[in-house]
Amino acid sequence: MTEQLDAGLVARQIAESDQLSDPSGVREVGRARRRKEDARLVTGRTMWTDNIQLPGMLYVAFLRSPMAHARITRVDVSAARVQPGVVAAYAGQDLADEQGSLPCAWPVSEDVVIPDHPPMAVDTVRYVGEAVACVVATDRYKAADALEAIEVDYEPLEAVLDMTEALAEGGPRVHEAGNQAFTWKFAGGDIEAAFRDAPVVIDRTYVQQRLIPTAMEPRAVVATTDGDAFTLYSATQIPHVLRVMLALTTGIPEHRLRVVAPDVGGGFGSKLQVTAEEVLCLLLTRRLGKPVKWTESRSEGNLTVHHGRDQLQRISVAAERDGRIRGVRVDLLADMGAYLMLVTPGVPLLGAFMYNGIYKMDAYDFTCTGVFTTKMPTDAYRGAGRPEATFAIERAVDELAHELGLDPIEVRRRNWITHQEFPYTTIAGLTYDSGNYEAATDRALALFGYDKLRAEQADRRDRRDPVQLGIGVSTYTEMCGLAPSRVLGSLSYGAGGWEHAAVRLLPTGKVEVVTGTSPHGQGHETAWSQIVADALGVPFDDVSVLHGDTAVAPRGMDTYGSRSLVVGGVAVLRACEKVKDKARDLAAHLLEAAPGDVEFTAGEFRVRGTSEGRTIQELALAAFAAHDLPDGFEPRLDADATFDPENFSFPHGTHLCAVEVDTETGTAKIRSYVAVDDVGSVVNPLIVEGQVHGGIAQGIAQALFEEAVYDSEGNLLTTTMADYLIPSAADLPEFVTDRTETPATSNPLGVKGVGEAGTIASTPAVVNAVVDALRPYGVHDVPMPCTPERIWRVLGGGGGTGGSATGWAGPTESEGGAR
Amino acid sequence: MPRITVTVDGVRYEEEVEPRLLLVHLLRDRLGKTGTPVGCDTGNCGACTVMLDGRSAKSCSVLAVQADECDVVTIEGLGRAAELHPMQKAFHTEHALQCGYCTPGMIMAAIDLLRDDPDPSDEAIRAGLEGNLCRCTGYCNIVRAVRRGAREMSGEEVRTS
Amino acid sequence: MIPAAFDYIRPASLDEACRVLGDAGDEAKILAGGQSLLPLLRLRLAYPAALVDLGRVPGLRGVEDRGDHVFIGALTTHDEVLRSAVVREHVPLVALATATVADPAVRHRGTFGGSLAHADPAGDLPAVALALDCVFVARSGEGEREIPAAEFFVDYLEPALHPGEVLLGVRVPKLGAGWGFHYEKFHRTAQAWAVVGVAAAVRVEGGSLEEARIGLTNMGPAPVRARAVETALRGVAPAPGGNGGAGGSRDPLRDACGEAAEGTAPPADLHAGQDYRRHLARVLTYRAVRAASA
Repeated sequence: MTEQLDAGLVARQIAESDQLSDPSGVREVGRARRRKEDARLVTGRTMWTDNIQLPGMLYVAFLRSPMAHARITRVDVSAARVQPGVVAAYAGQDLADEQGSLPCAWPVSEDVVIPDHPPMAVDTVRYVGEAVACVVATDRYKAADALEAIEVDYEPLEAVLDMTEALAEGGPRVHEAGNQAFTWKFAGGDIEAAFRDAPVVIDRTYVQQRLIPTAMEPRAVVATTDGDAFTLYSATQIPHVLRVMLALTTGIPEHRLRVVAPDVGGGFGSKLQVTAEEVLCLLLTRRLGKPVKWTESRSEGNLTVHHGRDQLQRISVAAERDGRIRGVRVDLLADMGAYLMLVTPGVPLLGAFMYNGIYKMDAYDFTCTGVFTTKMPTDAYRGAGRPEATFAIERAVDELAHELGLDPIEVRRRNWITHQEFPYTTIAGLTYDSGNYEAATDRALALFGYDKLRAEQADRRDRRDPVQLGIGVSTYTEMCGLAPSRVLGSLSYGAGGWEHAAVRLLPTGKVEVVTGTSPHGQGHETAWSQIVADALGVPFDDVSVLHGDTAVAPRGMDTYGSRSLVVGGVAVLRACEKVKDKARDLAAHLLEAAPGDVEFTAGEFRVRGTSEGRTIQELALAAFAAHDLPDGFEPRLDADATFDPENFSFPHGTHLCAVEVDTETGTAKIRSYVAVDDVGSVVNPLIVEGQVHGGIAQGIAQALFEEAVYDSEGNLLTTTMADYLIPSAADLPEFVTDRTETPATSNPLGVKGVGEAGTIASTPAVVNAVVDALRPYGVHDVPMPCTPERIWRVLGGGGGTGGSATGWAGPTESEGGAR
Repeated sequence: MPRITVTVDGVRYEEEVEPRLLLVHLLRDRLGKTGTPVGCDTGNCGACTVMLDGRSAKSCSVLAVQADECDVVTIEGLGRAAELHPMQKAFHTEHALQCGYCTPGMIMAAIDLLRDDPDPSDEAIRAGLEGNLCRCTGYCNIVRAVRRGAREMSGEEVRTS
Repeated sequence: MIPAAFDYIRPASLDEACRVLGDAGDEAKILAGGQSLLPLLRLRLAYPAALVDLGRVPGLRGVEDRGDHVFIGALTTHDEVLRSAVVREHVPLVALATATVADPAVRHRGTFGGSLAHADPAGDLPAVALALDCVFVARSGEGEREIPAAEFFVDYLEPALHPGEVLLGVRVPKLGAGWGFHYEKFHRTAQAWAVVGVAAAVRVEGGSLEEARIGLTNMGPAPVRARAVETALRGVAPAPGGNGGAGGSRDPLRDACGEAAEGTAPPADLHAGQDYRRHLARVLTYRAVRAASA
């Protein structure tokens, strides 16, 4: 028989291996600490929401609409109710009085239309997958069976699938008020002047395809009540926001509602939501007085986890003949899907300030129209608005380079903000505090072997090799570290962007940190421990980080928008500073010195110029014992702190991608990929590198593999992982990564955030490379994802337009152009 | 209802099961082996990978009745007496996991691939893991971890980078 | 997702298997490795009243060298096929295609016979069976029957097996010296189904193709043998000519492979249109024949 693992021994083993791996280093911040989180994750001692078993637990299954748009004329759950093991079955009508409406926290404009969004459809369904009825049974198998006994009659309505058609007069309407959700405009400088008589104008339309975020852990919810108070466990990124929103939606008083995010298996924005299932599980436990669990299947999730992207982007760039950009005009259609969910309409706005990228220009004009369709609502997906903006400008700059016969990197050099110019207020009104685009680009070019690859490309072009080489660049920045509360307020967002932390020294000198961030793979337990270890001079292993439970961590704004370290990590540091100040007062008292004469180094307070001191652990015990405290000193060494940044942070970097395109089959294969990112100062390089790797993979996936496809009747065709193609290890290359460091000036850690950078940067780098490979064929765009078939078609296969594999257009002027 | 006998992580169980009960649900819901998660419906993601009679198998695509008289090893049965399996250790050392949801299956698949190829090339590692999807890591560190795990399992001294 | 309920029968002998299958008729489905069937059950795309699990029926598993052919038992797993020295030596095309099936964990469970009897046009093995003129051996209460590969794949997911009939195994002819093989699979991600696949067996004599046998994956509702291109390839020199690419000088092999999609009715779906599949069939046949001739 296998002996059971001893958790403590395993943890010690891991700790020992870490000591060996990193023997030096006085400071914890900056060290490649192996993660504290891993011990339970590599041994299967996890607490995913679906792992939770409570006495008497019942299982919920939802019947979902097979119609994209229909009136519900009848729902009969009576046959389901009498199935074996079925405790209850409800239609939307049965819950109509108490289910409320799912919230949208971002009413972006005066004209925004926020339709009623019942968690369970009552009289109309507006996307395939919308819940129309549910069953509660004694196990998940019986619940699944009973769904088949429910009868629903639908009166079909016309599906609304195309955004342009949706906005035309007289077509079918998703909601009474029409299909336009909002318009939102923003401008800086004189755009008319910029475009008037511009020597060069690049005018392009790009499609940001619909994506399915696909966190590996499917969503799951457990709800329970003792008749008075409620606890909701959910695979969520936002336990704190969720608690507020669920209290408002369900009427359960906030102080009677606890929300727990146990181990959460990835989010990427998809778990930044207040979902129908969370609300309904609460209602069901309230009705039935028993704990209920719902766990989605992957195919259910593909239908009903909010989707990402789905924008139609028109971008125009006016430029001088030397490549200098005069102005950028952007007109977006953004597919909201059928309803506005938590931040649905705000997503395109997070990109609104980023279409100017890293470039200087005289004018900028942005318009976005949100459009309702009969599809799953869209919402935040890794990068949220910023990948779209970066894609458009980085693609358009490449087009400009091509138009002018210039090397794409040279055009960027001629336009980007130079490192001497920081802080720099952009045409979109943001102040980029720090950066060095030259340094990141030079480093990336060197790692990539740019000149050598260009030579190979020329050779392949000369030989008309059926496998062509393309080189793509993306010099991105993004605004993250969401966010200054004042700015969010000015953008009509419903909440602030601060973050909270509490730090408490326990009597034995160990430290508990309570954070308002809610990690689901980011390694906050490790990184926050590093920050605390340095700030308080305690060993890394003496720090525990508590999170993800509103009963334990009552205040927070949660994890999304590359904000956790930039806002939450700084809050932790601030709390440490306060604790240190208290400890200093106590030390001064015990040492009979003035606080100003007490120095703090390496965990010890010492009277300047003497050897007399007290360690922070001794002070913790002294505070606990409370035998000898200064007057008015409360017997504890702890503190709360909240940090609300003054500005966003602006990571940047240069990504280079080499792609081989087989012009016979259309396959684009990444040959090499180099990423040099500047995410400011780094707390844990291991975690940073991991975030960059994963981000790049997801950006590549958008460029080459993934697309949520609806058919002409509004059925989602990509409901399984056999159809929605997530790349595996065999489909991706090794990434070469490096960093440059220009610390952020907006926070004391100098950090900028890294969660989304890779995704934002990589998509345009890959597509630029694909297009670059095909330039000799007269190709100027390949729609995403750049599938083999699409590439074949742009090469003229199947009678497509845009050049032909046999109709070589010859080397273009841009080849060998000035660098 | 069929009665089956199955050994899981060294413990012998006798269970009456519905024929349609998936092995992964037997493990999770009946035997409390929640270390093995479910990630999809189609056998694509590999999160539920376990060793079934010594070879990797996706426990969501096996009926519990098919596992009758079989030996199952899950991620929970890998470590022995307070010692992590070298592959578990390697995943930790190389930061080959973030959210960790794919990790149990990924580790099982990694161990399986080393049985046939104890010293795999990066390409062989990537091909060997084609049936296990990860959404967090971009796989680079997973490849490194498998390389490290391979060296450790072959007894070679490994220096920490 | 969760399968609907079904009865489960696990016969201990072939006779018993034939009997229970005969009794159950259309209502029962055979469970072999289950790697295709279980996802279908979980998605509730299939509702069999009963599953007859052949997993414990003796004699259905293993690879045997039988002189002029190799016999592969229906329940031999893909993994076992790949490990078989007999397969590698005498019918290497089977190994080449099997190595591309799904992923390692699936290959540990999925079976050679199950894949073929599933008759999925997107499966990799049917094209091989067609190209090699395999013979399927099936048994029912009425006795044993041989079905040539050319007659085995009737329609989409429809093999030429009667209800109550069990596939015992497949005779894979050894083609002997002078033959070369290749399986060219085109898929979008490593574990994805083939968009198109080409199984090629060729015999080159005196620098030209004496004989070519081409089976196509996912080029019709059932796997197909590409007879037109086989005819066109006869006598063609497979050695590289021109640059093999766009706009190069004429390459007789490429010209001949232009016939590869002749007579096919490929599906149009999420992963490819018909015209693209036809194009792929031509390109991949060219590559498969080139590789097989090398």
